[in-house]
Amino acid sequence: MTEVTNPGPGASGAPENARPVKLACRNVWKLFGSNAANFIRERDGKASMADVAAAGLVGAVRAVDLEIRQGEIFIIMGLSGSGKSTLVRCMSRLVEPSHGKVEFEGKDLLRISDAALIELRRHRMGMVFQNFALLPHLNVLDNIAFPLSIQGQDRATREARAREVIDLVGLRGREHFYPRELSGGQQQRVGIARSLATKPEIWFLDEPFSALDPLIRREMQDELMRLQTMLHKTIVFITHDFDEAIRLADRIAIMKDGEVIQIGSPEELVVNPATDYVAEFTRDVDRAKVISARSLMRACDGAEHGGTVAPEAKIASFSAEIVSSGRPFAVVNGTGKPIGEVTPQAVIDLLAGIKRPRAGA
Amino acid sequence: MTVTASASEARPPVQRWLVVWALALAAVLVTFLLQDSVPWAVNYPAGAIIPVADWVGAVMVWIKSNLSWLTRSITAVLGVPLDFALNLLAKNFRIGHRAEAFTLPRLSWVGVCAVAFLAGHAVGGRKLSLLVGGCFLYIALFGQWTSAMLTLALISIAVPFCIVTGLFAGIWAWRKPWAERLIVSPALDLMQTIPTFAYLIPMLLLFGNSPVSAMIATAIFATPPMVRATMLGLSRVPLEIGEFSDMAGCTARQKLWRVLLPSARPALMVGVNQVIMLALNMVIIASMIGAGGLGYDVLLALRALKVGEAMEAGLAIVALAIALDRLSQAIAHKQAKGNVHRDREAGFWRRYPNVTLAIAILAATTLLGLFVPAFATVPKAITFTTAPLWKVAVNWVTVNFFDLIEAFRVALILNVLNPLRAFCEGFPWLGAVFLLGLAGYQLSGLRLALLVAVLTAFCAITGLWEKTMATVYLCGISAFIACLIGIPIGLMAARSDRFEKIVTPIIDTLQVLPSFCFIIPVVMLFRVGDVTAMIATIAFAVVPAIRYTNHGIRQVPPALIEAAKVSGCTPRQTFFRVQLPLALPEIMLGVNQTILMALAMVIICAMVGTRDLGQEVFIALSKADPGRGIVAGLAIAFIGIVADRLFSAWTAKARARLG
Repeated sequence: MTEVTNPGPGASGAPENARPVKLACRNVWKLFGSNAANFIRERDGKASMADVAAAGLVGAVRAVDLEIRQGEIFIIMGLSGSGKSTLVRCMSRLVEPSHGKVEFEGKDLLRISDAALIELRRHRMGMVFQNFALLPHLNVLDNIAFPLSIQGQDRATREARAREVIDLVGLRGREHFYPRELSGGQQQRVGIARSLATKPEIWFLDEPFSALDPLIRREMQDELMRLQTMLHKTIVFITHDFDEAIRLADRIAIMKDGEVIQIGSPEELVVNPATDYVAEFTRDVDRAKVISARSLMRACDGAEHGGTVAPEAKIASFSAEIVSSGRPFAVVNGTGKPIGEVTPQAVIDLLAGIKRPRAGA
Repeated sequence: MTVTASASEARPPVQRWLVVWALALAAVLVTFLLQDSVPWAVNYPAGAIIPVADWVGAVMVWIKSNLSWLTRSITAVLGVPLDFALNLLAKNFRIGHRAEAFTLPRLSWVGVCAVAFLAGHAVGGRKLSLLVGGCFLYIALFGQWTSAMLTLALISIAVPFCIVTGLFAGIWAWRKPWAERLIVSPALDLMQTIPTFAYLIPMLLLFGNSPVSAMIATAIFATPPMVRATMLGLSRVPLEIGEFSDMAGCTARQKLWRVLLPSARPALMVGVNQVIMLALNMVIIASMIGAGGLGYDVLLALRALKVGEAMEAGLAIVALAIALDRLSQAIAHKQAKGNVHRDREAGFWRRYPNVTLAIAILAATTLLGLFVPAFATVPKAITFTTAPLWKVAVNWVTVNFFDLIEAFRVALILNVLNPLRAFCEGFPWLGAVFLLGLAGYQLSGLRLALLVAVLTAFCAITGLWEKTMATVYLCGISAFIACLIGIPIGLMAARSDRFEKIVTPIIDTLQVLPSFCFIIPVVMLFRVGDVTAMIATIAFAVVPAIRYTNHGIRQVPPALIEAAKVSGCTPRQTFFRVQLPLALPEIMLGVNQTILMALAMVIICAMVGTRDLGQEVFIALSKADPGRGIVAGLAIAFIGIVADRLFSAWTAKARARLG
């Protein structure tokens, strides 16, 4: 039932595979109800949705397998009730999974001691919350320095670090404001700064921008991309907004009813939706911004080329040129060798949303 | 045909209950009529009375004789801070024992008043400053300073004690759900429904007639709201904040003390406000076992029927109550609004200018008091008394309206109170157990039915049935009239903003007044007896009926009212068909509160000569008979718990129906 399309050869994921796995879920289950852990253990980690319902349990997360690689932005997308928030809480053990393994750099998180877990969270994990979760009794500076303060760092050290991240998120001058004196966007900047203060390696963002106005949301998305180009964190980002997912993601996992139904790059989801449910999400996407030349190219048929593009180039980046030139563009790889071509007609069809059988693909 | 069929199919549950109730009432009536053949079902047989009172008395005596080392050491330990506070505020420190011993003066009244002005200004601006400072100045100028400071000293020691105990109990209950369900919640219910008098008896026995026993009684009585506030505050901290603290790597202790409790601070401050007000209320009542202070003045004056003096001391209590309430409320409000940033890199006096100033003022004025007597004690020349004025006023009313008041009083007694009383006292105990159990079963199920029946039966088998029913009668009629007055006022307040503006400060003030204060003016006019008790109780218990009704109507979502208007409801229809039904659960909650407050007040009214359980406790108090007092106190608590549980179940049912 679960159909997972890992980025295969030919997709843009080739270099991603080379990166080490930071965090992996192996057949992770979270069931709510009495005796849930026994239920799934007795079935050896296998149960259908009907089994779960028949036992009177609620399956928040079911048989999730995924790998998050170092330095990627991994987005978990799903509508409310799909289990995405529970899944991210299983990854950080805020919620104890009923079954399965959560591996952090190959070590099973579910087996480490409480002290080790606290140590791990203090130094290697960071989390940003939907409703900011700022402490109302502390000002910006103290909120941001709080995770350092509970580690026992002295005031001078932790405030110096707090001021660094305050500068990073552009809140200088607001150090002594209290959360209620800030706008939503500013509050979330504080939340982001606070989670970065400990220099975490893996960064959980639980619908961080969902509580913000659309304009602010866009600004914060840009801000996140700016930070990521500087920091190269491993990011697990939860959202219910597919446009946000496409804007930010290296890879997206789509969840429905507690299951991951497809994992892939935005382009793979758009080009090759695993189910109608995924296709439904991708229908209104601006395809030219997602699909790359590689997906649209066909074998060269000898016509004269009006230009060249890289295989990863998004269609939107050269659609105007190719249509005005009226001639196909050659798709060339790193060494300058043509591996195919994109025709103006294919681009026009894509832009116009016309589907016709593609010759040569 | 099918329509009627389906309609009658939906009906049966209601009709069945109607039949059941009719049968039950008939059965009780039959029991009553046949009381010659089944007397044991009407009046509990004297031979079968279980001497719980004797048992409790024996236990208390045992504790007293065997655990006196414990009670004495508790007295000694608690006495230290208490004496310090008493000396600091009221009595002067005496160093050395001989007559020429050096005396370190108490805080100067000028200084305390100035600090009251300052505190009001710091937390609530000029208006609050004038109110709080004015109240203290009033106390000083009307010659109640020393008594008021005695009362304040007791409160200032009891309150921190309550807050700390309440905080820890609340944390424990919040952490361990079984503790909350099995220990804390039942204990809180009992602590708040047992009448204040009943607390005094064991304290008197164990700790003697002293401020310490008054303080312990106060602490026990005033702790429950802090426990509840802590539990509520902690459970209301947003889930994400708890998750954040986990993700930041907090240990369990760091999570509680550095994240959860500070986040719950607004709720905790509401608890603190309630603790202060309850402590004040109790300190006044505890004057009977040696608390001294304003309550003692009232008590002495009432015993001697010195109406003017009682009124004066009563008004000083009112002033103190208002000052403490508004001040602590303003602090709570400020907390809830959250902090405002200010310059951090500064010394203590820059960060806390008000505290520094307050300490400086107190030190300076108190030192001045060493040289200028006017600073140490309020000079006689500037105090004035209104006692003669009150006396004249009362005399005038008595002379001119005696016949009218007396006619009213007698008519009330003869036509309303006495018949009702006779009815209640003659009610078969078995019938009451049965009917209340039935109500419990209908409203919630077997568990509630059993609880209600057992608690009711307790009142009978301890031989207190008649007195219980006397309490029920007085409490019932007072609560009924209080609702009759309060609900319409609440409705009017809900419909008119202007009227609400007038009502709100009045009920706010009524609410903070210690129950003692309600008796004084009524006793002046109606002398002692059931009528006085009833009127004082109504005045005391009317507040929740008004407040909850007003709030219930006002909280009906505006969208629903708009929907009603759009569907063409007249204002009358909107009110009766939409607002009132939706507000009903809230109004019921108000009625419930009214009943509980009426019960508390009826007991206090034993001082003006009622003949119910309160009197039983009162007599036990004067005879220092703990068994009798505690059992009567439990019976009172059980009346309260039965009423509360039945009403809560009813309200819950109404709520569930509304969704």
